[in-house]
Amino acid sequence: MNKFYHTLKTLFLLGWSIFVVFPFLWALSTSFKDANAITSGATYIPWVDFEPSTQGWTSLFTNGSQGINIVGPFIDSAAVTLIASLVSLILGTLAAYGLSRFEYRLGFVKNADITFFFISQRIMPPIVLAIPFFLMLKELGALDTIFGLVLVYVALLLPIAVWVMTDFFAGIPKELDEMAMTDGCSPIGAFFRVILPNSVPGLVVAGMFCLIFGWNDFFFAFTLTFTETQLLPVSIVSLNSSVTPWWSLSAFALISVAPLALVAIVVERYMSRGTMSGAIR
Amino acid sequence: MLQIDHLTTAKAKVSLDNVSFLFEAGNIYTILGRTGAGKTELLRALMGLNPLINGDIKLDKENITKRPIRDRNMSLVYQQFINYPHLSVLDNVAFPLRRQGKKKAQAQALASTMLTTVGLGDFLHRRPSQLSGGQQQRVALARAMVKQSRILMLDEPLANLDYKLREQLREEFPRLVADNQESVILYTTTEPREAMELGNTMIVMHDGEIIASGPPADLFAHPPTKDTASVISDPPISFISGFVRDQVLYFGEGQLAPSEGLQLPPDGPVTIALRPDAIEPGGAFTAKIGLSEFSGSQTIIHLDFDFGRAIMMVEGIETFKSGDNLSISIQAEQMMLFAPDGRNITLRDN
Repeated sequence: MNKFYHTLKTLFLLGWSIFVVFPFLWALSTSFKDANAITSGATYIPWVDFEPSTQGWTSLFTNGSQGINIVGPFIDSAAVTLIASLVSLILGTLAAYGLSRFEYRLGFVKNADITFFFISQRIMPPIVLAIPFFLMLKELGALDTIFGLVLVYVALLLPIAVWVMTDFFAGIPKELDEMAMTDGCSPIGAFFRVILPNSVPGLVVAGMFCLIFGWNDFFFAFTLTFTETQLLPVSIVSLNSSVTPWWSLSAFALISVAPLALVAIVVERYMSRGTMSGAIR
Repeated sequence: MLQIDHLTTAKAKVSLDNVSFLFEAGNIYTILGRTGAGKTELLRALMGLNPLINGDIKLDKENITKRPIRDRNMSLVYQQFINYPHLSVLDNVAFPLRRQGKKKAQAQALASTMLTTVGLGDFLHRRPSQLSGGQQQRVALARAMVKQSRILMLDEPLANLDYKLREQLREEFPRLVADNQESVILYTTTEPREAMELGNTMIVMHDGEIIASGPPADLFAHPPTKDTASVISDPPISFISGFVRDQVLYFGEGQLAPSEGLQLPPDGPVTIALRPDAIEPGGAFTAKIGLSEFSGSQTIIHLDFDFGRAIMMVEGIETFKSGDNLSISIQAEQMMLFAPDGRNITLRDN
């Protein structure tokens, strides 16, 4: 019976892996095709099914009618996402620690209400915020700038960081903070010396969420930028013309996914580690 | 010397109510009380972890009530073995020394010595999660002791250990804290045996108050109140309502004359306290056996009398059938009497 379940599990995982990986393989294969290879039916293996071409990849680093140079948008996207994620993670972690350890009360507003306030920022549809953000950035002279986008993205990513980290800190026993203070730490020292080093999995999860949401955002990148600043999701759209360049789009898709996939592979081991083991029994 | 005056914490499920006491250095004070008696609350209040609404804490006559936690010169070992999971055993114990400003090498050397004292010299570079429960608690104990604080507080440190480990650490405890002669050691427990075994002075807490204190043997022999007798007796003491009339003690259908090793108070209602050793098999009273259980080499029998319930203990493993009748005798010289207000009014012939 066990063997049967084991086989079933293996088959399921195999099927699921193919389901997940296949689009990437398809995109990889397509990125090395030219217009003829694409329109001549389903082909999979280069040199066997079709003659590979690097046109899809070279077009992403060429300005003009032959393609679009994505180096600029890539750097802009990376800068906006990294800075906004970092700021959100720092502010969100501090806010979450405060919410998980101290009691706040302002009239009827208590900790749970403040936490909900943060999360509620993600409940409303982005379109509701588009015009206010546009007007605010215009007033600040920050439209079409990396600074403006960072401001907006921090507002969008902060709730995610607060949400994830509040939940994470709630799982760290308060006695650990107290112990650090009895051992000679100030409250802020207890946070930095004891709580933060034990919060790596939470920070990684929150950071990953911030990076994913920031990196993949199209809506605000589209509405708040024009020509000076362009992020990857917007520039991928500009590739589209009367003839869709599937080879370039596929190469572009792989390049846009690569940073997040790399980060996920690097940080995955920190996410699965149970660091609180041995803290309290 | 640690002096606490009128310590009171905000009303909560468990709170301190006007607690005062003087703790002398070099003594081990065991604080005994049931769950919710206020033992942990007292330690946390001393440490500054729970706010006071009234009262003063003086360490060597210096008022430290408002001092930050880190400056109180106190150590605390929790019931749950709390250690820093991201640090090795050695760095866990060196952690407070580093906060005191000691150099890393010096802190680690002191920590290593302390860990050797508690029997963990071979585990310096392991993480706490790689140790057993007893070893984890030793790490916590070592971290508390290495600071050489004036006040060392242990909050039911053995409660989460299994029986064997508890016995082992209990035996070792006096040796482990032997170096802390200049400290006041406060050790809370819910187990009377542990409190009597480990402490020079036993403090009994009930409902957020200190209701008795003194040498363990004296307190056990002469508990000043009914609540104290109840808290410090294990197996549980049984209380029966009775009354004295014309120098005869009546309880249910039973009666005892004063000539049996016990002087009786003036006429009026009393509460009769019977420890298990006050009841023996064979005698004039008849009881129905409620439950019979083994406790090591003894058998504990729960008895139903017409005047109430009581517990008897006999040496050896005896089989008693539930529901059977058993004739027993009550040893008047082992009996204690309490007034309706809870005061101990037992008077012995000698």
